[in-house]
Amino acid sequence: MKHLLHPALLLGLAVPGAAGGANLDIEVQNLTAGTYFAPLLISAHSPDLHLFQTGEAASAEIQAMAEGGDLAGLVTLTSGNGADNSENPAAGPLAPGMSVSTSLTTEEGNAVLSITGMMVPSNDGFVGLDGWMIPTAAGSYVVYLNGYDAGTEANDEVRGGGAPGTPGLPVLPFFQDEIGQNGTGVTDAESNSMIHVHPGHLGDALADGGGSDLDNRLHRWLNPVAKLTLTVN
Amino acid sequence: MNISIRMSPLVLVLALSGCWLDDDKIEQVAEPEPVMVRYEVTVTNLTAGQPISPLALLLHESGRLWEVGQSASVALEQVAEEGNNQAMLATERVLASSAGESPILPGQSETLSISIEEKTDSLLSIAAMLGNTNDGFTGLNALDLAQLSEGDSWEGNSFAYDAGTEANSESLHTVPGPAAGGEGFNGARDDRDFISMHPGVVSAPDGLPDSALTVAQRFDNPVARIRITRTQ
Repeated sequence: MKHLLHPALLLGLAVPGAAGGANLDIEVQNLTAGTYFAPLLISAHSPDLHLFQTGEAASAEIQAMAEGGDLAGLVTLTSGNGADNSENPAAGPLAPGMSVSTSLTTEEGNAVLSITGMMVPSNDGFVGLDGWMIPTAAGSYVVYLNGYDAGTEANDEVRGGGAPGTPGLPVLPFFQDEIGQNGTGVTDAESNSMIHVHPGHLGDALADGGGSDLDNRLHRWLNPVAKLTLTVN
Repeated sequence: MNISIRMSPLVLVLALSGCWLDDDKIEQVAEPEPVMVRYEVTVTNLTAGQPISPLALLLHESGRLWEVGQSASVALEQVAEEGNNQAMLATERVLASSAGESPILPGQSETLSISIEEKTDSLLSIAAMLGNTNDGFTGLNALDLAQLSEGDSWEGNSFAYDAGTEANSESLHTVPGPAAGGEGFNGARDDRDFISMHPGVVSAPDGLPDSALTVAQRFDNPVARIRITRTQ
């Protein structure tokens, strides 16, 4: 709490480029019509670290998160870096339209914010924020987040598994009724193996058969997919 | 600041007349010229094939027109399903309003002006339907105008939202826009009944057999550009 007594802060001034800690209130809202967010990792960390970068290959940790919603690797990675994390603040999936709020008290140097969470159902889609500089001036800030594709798995859009390398959609009990069956697969290739903006789902109108096990009226989305409201106290 | 503007003519008149009982002068200042605050609002349709219904443009003091994740008001449902802005413009909280005259076609713009006496910290909201959808809409939700001085402008892009009040069947009977000519407002709510970002239209060629829509009505965000200038 020592940083709160910094004279500049007492005067209500922003400290340009300061790497001092902060008290943050964070709200993430799922803006989609029919896609859940698997457990989210919200991490304030050093600018030297990236959880993911578009145009770069996904790490094994990102692959496990994006294909199966598994945050363990990313938590280990960020914790080892001295990050301040909020892990799975919704205590489960974040349903379409729903918000989750959490707070972070950050250590000095943890000047950027990253967010990852699998979008379900998807093959390897995730909602993400990559190293966004946390403002130092007190106030409320809104950032809209896109859906990304980890580039590690073909978007076949048919039932499958969530372990890294296992094709198909992981289908959990809470949303299995929304997923079709016996789709033949809309593709068997991933044309961009780097992390990229997710092209969205195709889906189809058939609950049984067709190319996709996704519903083209429920499981499509347009960016942005999430709204981050960050309050710097 | 408004108070000082209102008071200054009175102070001036009294100083000149030098007499508190000069009836003519007192009467003259009893009805000071109201200080009008005026905005010009231009909305540009950025879509390929979605007419934007006649705008509901309003100034209000509190509240918001919609919240993602929450159920739509009936006034918003009427905008989103039919492009009918009447109930939205008549909402109780509205301090001033302005209605678009006709739909804004793709690539076109419309400029409306709206004014209010004395108040420089209104909230400005806009709502309008994406006509070739079941219940898609766009707009602006309670933008705080307090920071906008005379001559200042604000510009931003707006997203497409789904009111969640009507299933996105895209059918000939349920899409009211020119691509289908179907039904407008229907009070029954047969969708998930919460507002979200719009997932886009699927269209028949892309796999929704009963859709009346084609590639021509597909869209992506943003769908409109909004520019607000305080002119007075």
